[in-house]
Amino acid sequence: MSRTGRTSEEIAARVKALESMMIEQGLVTTEMIDHYAEIYENEVGPQLGARVVAKAWVDPEFKARLLEDAPAACGELGIGGMQGEHMVVLEATPEVHHAIVCTLCSCYPWPVLGPPPNWYKDPQYRSRMIREPRKLLAEEFGYVIDETREIRVWDSSSELRYWVLPERPSGTDGWDEQQLAALVSRDSMIGVGSVQVTP
Amino acid sequence: MNGVFDLGGTDGFGAVGPTPSEPVFHEEWERIVFGLQLGCFAGGWFNIDSFRHGIELMDPVHYLTSSYYEHWLATFERHGVAKGHIDADELDRRTQEYLDDPEKSLPVHEPNPALIEFVDAVVAGGSPATRPTDEPKRFEVGDVVRMRSFAPHGHTRLARYVRGKAGTVVAYRGSFVYPDHSGNELGESPQHLYTVQFDGAELWGELHAESNTSSTFDAWDPYIDAIEHREGATA
Repeated sequence: MSRTGRTSEEIAARVKALESMMIEQGLVTTEMIDHYAEIYENEVGPQLGARVVAKAWVDPEFKARLLEDAPAACGELGIGGMQGEHMVVLEATPEVHHAIVCTLCSCYPWPVLGPPPNWYKDPQYRSRMIREPRKLLAEEFGYVIDETREIRVWDSSSELRYWVLPERPSGTDGWDEQQLAALVSRDSMIGVGSVQVTP
Repeated sequence: MNGVFDLGGTDGFGAVGPTPSEPVFHEEWERIVFGLQLGCFAGGWFNIDSFRHGIELMDPVHYLTSSYYEHWLATFERHGVAKGHIDADELDRRTQEYLDDPEKSLPVHEPNPALIEFVDAVVAGGSPATRPTDEPKRFEVGDVVRMRSFAPHGHTRLARYVRGKAGTVVAYRGSFVYPDHSGNELGESPQHLYTVQFDGAELWGELHAESNTSSTFDAWDPYIDAIEHREGATA
């Protein structure tokens, strides 16, 4: 319940009222709204980022291009666009673990991960990830990172959209891109999870 | 502006409660709000920076107790009313109508192929924020710099937790729209953008920082005060 005291029904009515006025102004149609939402419901999501990661794992030249110019490299796979105009990919190494946050709003690389989950947008993650990432990752994400490994948290304060190229897990020699992509989770590309080979 | 949205390092919010996956939209109205944003952009109600500033101007308690897409609704209303696109009384009147009868139809309208094309173009191409500038670059990768400490009343991306702190420039990103102007609708005023890395101890203090952690922050040129020392120079 918010301070305005609005219930979900009241918010829905207000949204519909605004929608009706914008329809009359020719700014939106119901068809357009459905079309736009369906792109992110059905097409654009973490499975696209997973494809990019898998390709980087099997193709060193692609990986080099991805780290040099992520929008161009993703564009080779037909991936890119809104909220990914200025993507930067961070390579996880045994020495440095990377993770992303947006302390000021909720910036997130949409073309490879889709729109962000609620917890990424809520005050808890945004306030704490920058301050106590090691504790947060261990306690809430079950992801324990040894103190000898640096954690570097990237605050998305500009239009750059950071995301993580996780380490390829051992035991995947000879796997093809499709098999590898199936391992890559949303969380591993945010930097709040590792890539695990399910036994 | 100094506001509650500037959350970096704030204590006391409690558990994150992460989920392994979530629906893209949790309520039907969220899906509609998502689409209305493109209509607002098409109608010139705001740019991406003034859109964000409209959220920052929310009542702080409302901000912290409402969901992401309610934040979007708040900035649509603020800009729509302030710029004369939306009559506030009419919005209230229609809201009551839809509350009394949620099934009441939307205005009858025809499909508009131009709007579908607009959606496809925006999704595929986005809206790059890079802009050229003739201003000289002041910093190089490796420079140890100190952030400025200023607290304007309008929009800024200079988060409180980095103000006045010293860090190392780790990347130059090109020149970009400057949000402190764009967000306050003063033009794009392109500025060079750098990524600055800070040690946890610099931000939170030796005693209170986690060991072996750092963070980075993207800083437009005016956010950076001066070079403390250059790479290789004696501190």
